[in-house]
Amino acid sequence: MSTLHTVNKSPFEQSALVSCLEHVAQGDAVLLIEDAVVGARKGSHFAATLRDKQAACRIYVLAPDLAARGIKDAEVVEGVALLDYAGFVDLVAEETRVCAWF
Amino acid sequence: MSENTNRKKFLYINRKAPYGSIYALESLEVVLIGAAFEQDVSLAFIDDGVFQLMNGQDTAGIGMKNFSKTYRALGDYEVRKLYVERESLSERGLALDDLMPITYEDENEDYAEKPSLHLVDRAEMTQIIAAHDVVLSF
Repeated sequence: MSTLHTVNKSPFEQSALVSCLEHVAQGDAVLLIEDAVVGARKGSHFAATLRDKQAACRIYVLAPDLAARGIKDAEVVEGVALLDYAGFVDLVAEETRVCAWF
Repeated sequence: MSENTNRKKFLYINRKAPYGSIYALESLEVVLIGAAFEQDVSLAFIDDGVFQLMNGQDTAGIGMKNFSKTYRALGDYEVRKLYVERESLSERGLALDDLMPITYEDENEDYAEKPSLHLVDRAEMTQIIAAHDVVLSF
């Protein structure tokens, strides 16, 4: 009965990621897409939050959006899983509802 | 209301202040569509979305339509659950008295005017999201 939360804005520009992470329930999934992926880079201001939040929820990034922005897979915060478009579709199908943050 | 076996719980999440973008007005349009299809409709106001409910909005000086009165009419469309996040209000220096008094007439019980606005904290808002079938964000 969990929720997939999608976030598509850079956390350096908008509050969508922070607000999303404050509203996730235990067992939810969070997927960073488009500009939101820039927050998932190791050393980013949001890296610690993304690490800590993994106790409550699964966190994913959309790999093609990382690659497009020149961020290497190995540079992503530990524990954050990479997803391709097919994986994105599977996640939407598995979760009960989708909640978009932008 | 007639029997509706396709009735789902819809939550409309509002996170943007009005007038700076089209989100708030579009949300209202879609809320009314949901209500017209006899869905179980609730609204959530988080972050800058709480500004949509401010009392005393006056758009004369910006040449835009003031749609704030529409929120007060939602009760007539059986939209009676407007959840406002306490933390979002306090972060902006606001309290419930800064918002429009939004009520509905309870024709199932005593025909009294009852409040549609419900102040909830962030943890409760998390549970409200998890309790809906469909979540639409604006």
